[in-house]
Amino acid sequence: MITLSPLRWGKPYESLDFIDVVHFDTGEPIAKIGTVGGGVVTRDLRQAEKARDALLEVPIAELIRMCGQAAELFQSADLPVGDKLQSVDDFVHQQSASTGLPEHMCRSNMQKNAFVLANMEQILRCLTRGLDLSILSRGYGDEGRGAIVSFQAQTPILGAVLPNNSPGVHTLWLPAIPLQIGLALKPGSQEPWTPYRMISAFIQAGVPAAAFALYPGGHDTGGALLAKCSRSMIFGSAQTLAQHAGNPRVQAHGPGFSKILLGDDVVDDWESFLDVMVESVVVNSGRGCINCSGIWASRHTREIAAAIAKRIGPIDVTSPQDPEAKLAAFSNPAMAEGTYAMIKQDLAEPGVTDMTAEYGDKLIVRKHCAYLRPMVLHADSPDRGVAMKEYMFPFVSVVECPQQEMLRRIGPTLIGTVITRDQKFIDAAARCVEIDRLNVGPIPTSRLNWLQPHEGNIIDFLYRSRAYQIAEVPAPLTASR
Amino acid sequence: MSSADLISESVAKQAAEARAHLDEHTVKTVQWHFDERTGSPFWLGKKRELKFDPLRDVKCFDDLKKFPLFEDDWLRGGPISRWVPQGHAGKPVYVFETGGTTGTPKSRMVIEDHWKDYELFSETLPDKYFPKGSNWLMLGPSGPRRLRLAIEHLAQFRGGICFCIDLDPRWVIKLIKKGWMEHLEEYKKHCIDQAVTILTSGHDIKCMFATPKLLEGLGEALEQRGTSIQEIGITGIFSGGTEFTPQWTRFAVEEMLGGPVEEGGVFMTPTYGNTLMGLACGKPISKADGYKISYYAPQPRAVTEVVSFDDDSQLVGYGETGRVKLYTLTDEFFVPGFLERDEGEREAPYDTYPWDGVSGVRPYHKLASSTTVGVY
Repeated sequence: MITLSPLRWGKPYESLDFIDVVHFDTGEPIAKIGTVGGGVVTRDLRQAEKARDALLEVPIAELIRMCGQAAELFQSADLPVGDKLQSVDDFVHQQSASTGLPEHMCRSNMQKNAFVLANMEQILRCLTRGLDLSILSRGYGDEGRGAIVSFQAQTPILGAVLPNNSPGVHTLWLPAIPLQIGLALKPGSQEPWTPYRMISAFIQAGVPAAAFALYPGGHDTGGALLAKCSRSMIFGSAQTLAQHAGNPRVQAHGPGFSKILLGDDVVDDWESFLDVMVESVVVNSGRGCINCSGIWASRHTREIAAAIAKRIGPIDVTSPQDPEAKLAAFSNPAMAEGTYAMIKQDLAEPGVTDMTAEYGDKLIVRKHCAYLRPMVLHADSPDRGVAMKEYMFPFVSVVECPQQEMLRRIGPTLIGTVITRDQKFIDAAARCVEIDRLNVGPIPTSRLNWLQPHEGNIIDFLYRSRAYQIAEVPAPLTASR
Repeated sequence: MSSADLISESVAKQAAEARAHLDEHTVKTVQWHFDERTGSPFWLGKKRELKFDPLRDVKCFDDLKKFPLFEDDWLRGGPISRWVPQGHAGKPVYVFETGGTTGTPKSRMVIEDHWKDYELFSETLPDKYFPKGSNWLMLGPSGPRRLRLAIEHLAQFRGGICFCIDLDPRWVIKLIKKGWMEHLEEYKKHCIDQAVTILTSGHDIKCMFATPKLLEGLGEALEQRGTSIQEIGITGIFSGGTEFTPQWTRFAVEEMLGGPVEEGGVFMTPTYGNTLMGLACGKPISKADGYKISYYAPQPRAVTEVVSFDDDSQLVGYGETGRVKLYTLTDEFFVPGFLERDEGEREAPYDTYPWDGVSGVRPYHKLASSTTVGVY
């Protein structure tokens, strides 16, 4: 069995406390993780400047080259992870076994992470709008417009409290390294695999080990990380988002409430967009914030819901090794049961219909895990509670709403795919502050262009643009006498 | 592993003597609490519900298993006087409360038990690190808590003066439940600031009680000021709390307290206790023993057992995991078996404490998710 140890600025630490990572279906332990408490985190973070100092020794261009090499290593090499050498297949089996994600989805997430690493130069160019990246290292520089520009790092390291069940989100913290910002990560207890393997790949590629810390642990550990890092990310629920709202030190990532809006000009032709809608709902087992949880149209909503239900309603539980598997397990059965109970409450409201009712039982409970099979609910008005819900499985509500009310009623929307040719509607969507990423046209909500910022630009989060003036200091008067 | 493999002949002999003493003490305690002249209204009332006569049928410690389990909900609400043994009528009575974040807290009456427990505990403290006559800092909860007065008595008993801080643990639990983590952090700072002020005001404090979290906070605050727990003059600490893990202890010893005590570091002894039982002492911790923390109750005044999760009348084997069951057998308070909210491993007797102990204490796994651990 593999044992993962905390990493304290590049040095493995043999903890005396361990938690077991268990197989989602059998409950058998598959790994042991050594944990540390908040005290260790607090103590180490006092040395955070050293992590940045180590990265500043390496030019950004060189770090970008190392990212490319790390991408290759991450997705193809045997890497030292914990006390074992881990192959790609080991990684995929382990991640699937602890998270309940089908193996082909684990491979797909692995590719997504590697893609971001491999394309880091372009991504940073886009995120910085073409800034000469040495300006970030030096703190100031001249872009050729005759004025100094200055970007000041707001933190020597980026902290992150990582999720248990979403291996795709790790793309968000990867750019920190080429930006010469160290990383202090608290891995999720069921998904330690990506951060451990990724950091191993970085180190093997030549990034200074002193730039990395991994702190597996409990709430106390995460709390210390958030309290002591000047900039950190956390992944959680709507409550997590609310808890950190307005805190400039914490970037909270939670439910996305991503949506597809069909304009009146195209809605009669809705069948043309069925593939886009289905992919947006079902890809990655509907687990991400970028999955579509609401499809809004002014008419044909029952037909749309029925057509999606016909496509995804029959999806059933299969082996995680099945290359066609579409459903991930809930490794905590109580979470699936709780989710299903909430959906039953949603369905109790008049005007809400389960369009997948004819496709059999939805909640499949096993001894150590549970599954929720896809559900499509129809809501006859945006007033229905389900219009604002997101659940972590292939679930969507198809909401009937006049076009002129949509942008006013949709609420927070991480990805908004607006399918229309109506320029006025497009312009209004562009102005709608509820939408974070805007897709105009039939683009699945789940297909991200990594050359554009996601949920806040990490450059803006880690750096502050500021004024910087320089004047020559005259020679000392005493010297001229 | 059989007990013969773990317990030497001499310890086995000591254990047998301790057991005989416990049996004798149990009978005496039961006679006191169920005698119409000395017992409390509560236990005399309970006696009528029992299907046996405690005065006649309790002849040894194991006979306590004839009693139903003690329910701590019995301690909620008044009148508190129903718990006062009539044999102690007229004496000044303290009331100590547990929890109480919402609703009516559980209350326990005490006359002198907390003094006696801590006087016994005092005997276990090495004078080298807890010098007689030196002053103490109580870095723990204030308010209606047994701990606060007990530590003060311990300091006075050892010839010192105890300095205290204001800390309302109920507010801490509310902050955590509300998710007001910034407020929690500020409140913790507020508590630590009080401690730093006391420690830097020339009171010659050498000893302290602190919960692990507050000790950690104090260590950090002092280091930010360019000093440390050791440099500020602390030589001995006794600490308590269920979050006291081997890993935390290692961190404290190696990174916060100046290294192992043999190498000049601050002495720290872990304890385990609560308002019902009093406090159990810790076996000395060492790196060689993997910083394992084993607790031994102050028998015969209190007893801890590690019992099967499925049958609380059955002890688990040595080294095996079970739920912590405790008994309180003083002339002030009688608890004939209470299932704690903790689990751990059963530890063998040894020469200092020739009776069962418990190690690896942590929240009972079936209740762990509903347990909120605050700053204290």
